Amino acid sequence: MSEPKKAVALISGGLDSMLAAKTILDQGIHVEGINFFTGFCVEGHTHAIRKKDNEKAKPKRNNALWAAEQLGIKLHIVDVIEEYKDVLLNPKHGYGANLNPCLDCKIFMVNKAKQWIEENGFDFIITGEVVGQRPMSQRRFAMPLVAERSGADDLLLRPLSARNLPETKPEREGWVDRSKLHDFGGRTRRPQIAMAEQYGFIDYAQPAGGCCFLTDKSYSQKLVDLWQARGAREYELDDVMLLKVGRHIRPKPHFKLIIAREEGEGRFMEGYKNDFISLHCSSHTGPLALIDGSPDAADLELAAAIIARYSKGKDEEQVEMAIRTKDGKESRIKTRPLTAEQLPKEWFI
Amino acid sequence: MSRHSLDAKRLLCPLPVIRTQDKVKQLKSGDQLEVSCTDPGVMQDIPAWCRINGHTIMSTQENQGVYIIVLEVGKNE
Ligand code: SF4
Repeated sequence: MSEPKKAVALISGGLDSMLAAKTILDQGIHVEGINFFTGFCVEGHTHAIRKKDNEKAKPKRNNALWAAEQLGIKLHIVDVIEEYKDVLLNPKHGYGANLNPCLDCKIFMVNKAKQWIEENGFDFIITGEVVGQRPMSQRRFAMPLVAERSGADDLLLRPLSARNLPETKPEREGWVDRSKLHDFGGRTRRPQIAMAEQYGFIDYAQPAGGCCFLTDKSYSQKLVDLWQARGAREYELDDVMLLKVGRHIRPKPHFKLIIAREEGEGRFMEGYKNDFISLHCSSHTGPLALIDGSPDAADLELAAAIIARYSKGKDEEQVEMAIRTKDGKESRIKTRPLTAEQLPKEWFI
Repeated sequence: MSRHSLDAKRLLCPLPVIRTQDKVKQLKSGDQLEVSCTDPGVMQDIPAWCRINGHTIMSTQENQGVYIIVLEVGKNE
């Protein structure tokens, strides 16, 4: 008897990728999942950072791991942080509504999956894409483009929309039965929800903006601001992380403040005290703030007055602020907290 | 069987899981790996990763903000 065919499924943690994998599992194919970590994924990070999330009754989970467990398949998580920079910084097909380069991102991920199947002796790739479901990467013209530009060609099968798309090798060769694949299309989620019910998948992730922070307007603005301030479109993982936390205020082009909004963020930001000048209110309870940039003495005074506004002493005539340099030297200054009116809206990123 | 350790402190999920996965790939069935982390999310994610990939959690503990997870490598294919 011939060996069962093997497919790798791109697992984002959302419902569609789960259903696509399940459809193929049901045809007796060996399926394993693959998940790419770009640094911008909504998964994990902020869950761990935000205290209020930790306090919710439901423990936080990694949705891709959860999906794989529901499906009973292995999951390979691949760190693509470095390689992804080129996708984000130079997308050949442009951006979506925000800084999300969805089409290039899909091409990149399917291409990585293609390399993976070659290295691991798998036969084809499946994704949860549905024709016309999303504005950019799932328009009808985009589907063949992803298959072609990724180099996966007819080894890329989209089980949820397969019957709306040209036949692929797994169907042609009879590895899977095309008549048992689906013909979902358009923006409706009804067929997926019905299928989820049928399989008993409840409690699946339904991220509002998609799978990553790049679809988020405010996050994208912060990233653009970072590039403008540095005069270069570049980033490191730490930048990506720090854009996810705190209130970001830029009083002057050459420095910005990141002010923790709650305890969990403060704890996370503590880990960056040797990389940035940091301030906190020493006379009253108040948040930790980091300064990104190169402030002079007058800038530090302004920063202290801004940060003081977020302390318990915000209505006092004067509070004391502790300023810590990257190498741990601490000094104190007295300042009068700014009032809300003194804090221009344009400073908020 | 041998014992190994991995320092994944200061990394946020899913990076500790990725580092654990990459380290486990180099180990043999029956080897034990002690992973130290600071992201509390690992207490969920590393056991979940072990369950789906056939490895066993031997112990988990928290000590002053450091989470230590010991796992035993299952069949490594
Ligand atoms: S939402 Fe983010 S991860 Fe998803 S395809 Fe678009 S750019 Fe890629």
